[in-house]
Amino acid sequence: MSLNYTKKTVEHFLHPKNIGELKNPDAVAEVGNMTCGDQLSFSLKVKDGKVADIKFLSFGCASNIATASIMTEKVKGMTLEEAKNFKWQEIVDELGGLPKQKIHCSILASEGLKKVIEAYEEKNK
Amino acid sequence: MKIYLDNAATTRLDSRVLACMKPYLTTEYGNASSIHYMGQNNNLVLESARDRIAKILGAQSKGIIFTSGASESNNAIIKGVMLANADKGKHLIVSAIEHPCVLQSARQLIKHGFELDLAPVTEDGLIDMIALDKLIRPDTVLVSIMAVNNEIGVIQDLKTIAKLVHSKGAYFHSDIVQAIPYLDIDIEDLGLDFASLSAHKFYGPKGVGIAYVNPKVKIEPLIAGGEQENGLRAGTYNLPGIIGFAEALDLAYKEKIEHLNTVRELRDYMWQRIEAEIPEVHLNGSLTYRTPNNLNILFARIEGEAILMDLSMKGVCVSTGSACSAHNLKTSYVLQAIGLTLDNLNSNIRFSLGKFNTKKEVDYTVDALKKTVIRLRKFTPIKK
Repeated sequence: MSLNYTKKTVEHFLHPKNIGELKNPDAVAEVGNMTCGDQLSFSLKVKDGKVADIKFLSFGCASNIATASIMTEKVKGMTLEEAKNFKWQEIVDELGGLPKQKIHCSILASEGLKKVIEAYEEKNK
Repeated sequence: MKIYLDNAATTRLDSRVLACMKPYLTTEYGNASSIHYMGQNNNLVLESARDRIAKILGAQSKGIIFTSGASESNNAIIKGVMLANADKGKHLIVSAIEHPCVLQSARQLIKHGFELDLAPVTEDGLIDMIALDKLIRPDTVLVSIMAVNNEIGVIQDLKTIAKLVHSKGAYFHSDIVQAIPYLDIDIEDLGLDFASLSAHKFYGPKGVGIAYVNPKVKIEPLIAGGEQENGLRAGTYNLPGIIGFAEALDLAYKEKIEHLNTVRELRDYMWQRIEAEIPEVHLNGSLTYRTPNNLNILFARIEGEAILMDLSMKGVCVSTGSACSAHNLKTSYVLQAIGLTLDNLNSNIRFSLGKFNTKKEVDYTVDALKKTVIRLRKFTPIKK
């Protein structure tokens, strides 16, 4: 079994985008846990129904960090509806592929995104 | 910078070993089972290697069976002994911290009507002798306990365990693959009925090992279909590998003290620096009953594989737990067995030093590790 990451995945692992916590976020959400070995915390800012800013914290492997990094890059500026429907397959494609035992990282990232948007929607019903 | 601190996974072939192997790959390539002179000359070479190995390990030559490595040996012994001695009983015990090839071989037997118990370990990783005593039954045929754990380097007291097992009428097997050159392995003195070894763990070639089988005990062959090894293991003799095994073993015993001192000094220095310079670290397993090459360290609040990859990008090769566990994404049952909490199971790194490592490499590694830990802790969601 191979655990070779693409150059792009490595780049996002070494220099992740949007890492950290937003000040005064409009919503926060957490997915995964330490026991699974994967945890992501998202903070979100919304303006005019669009993703104005999004940041994340990670307790996870290289692909956990890289998937959240590239996803947050891609969804900035999207409407909440578009972002909610952002598919994990797009993350995999953007990275140029992921080892199959790491696909779950992209799924976790997209679940986290959905969760933070839903948390926002819940608050602003 | 290329720094290899994963010597418990495999080691670099010693060039002196390679030199001994070369003729049997190039000019002396006859099949050691062939009747012509090229075969028979090699047959003599093969048997003299077997005698040499037996002498070093304190075993009878006829008990040494060449295999492809310890995984095969463990499979062959566990399944072969249980199948051949089913009239004696159908119960076996292996420790909870065995290598997966031992655990899985034992579990495979359950499907065929055998019963398995796992012997627990204490927080130090040492076999709980009272629990083991209670687990051994009149129909227990085999007890299998590794000499040195691959993840935490903990050393078991094989002689005492062998005595207990024998006093109850069972056979004793030990996977000693991580023990050379760190322990004084004398198979008969320790009271081992069976043992498994791989050459590549002590600077020999990959793809060759031995199964030691007490010639008085019945065993069913795992690989059948040839007369090699008295019908106990079919397959063309891997003569270059066997020569490499004998030479590497010989060097390991001859240069043992020097090797031990080198790795212990480096290991202790490395742990001192890490403990002093990196906050929130914890050493997993007993420091007293541990081989001098191993450090298994918990880095709180950050994930082990991320640490490994970050170090790898800086040229440093380490492991999270055992190399075999790297791909199945399961947390370490070994660290779980020694009492780590679930939250901490994914935050550990194994550093295993070897005779080719230098102080400069250790310094580079600790410096790199400091940066790695600082970087990853900057964005962990886990609070102190």
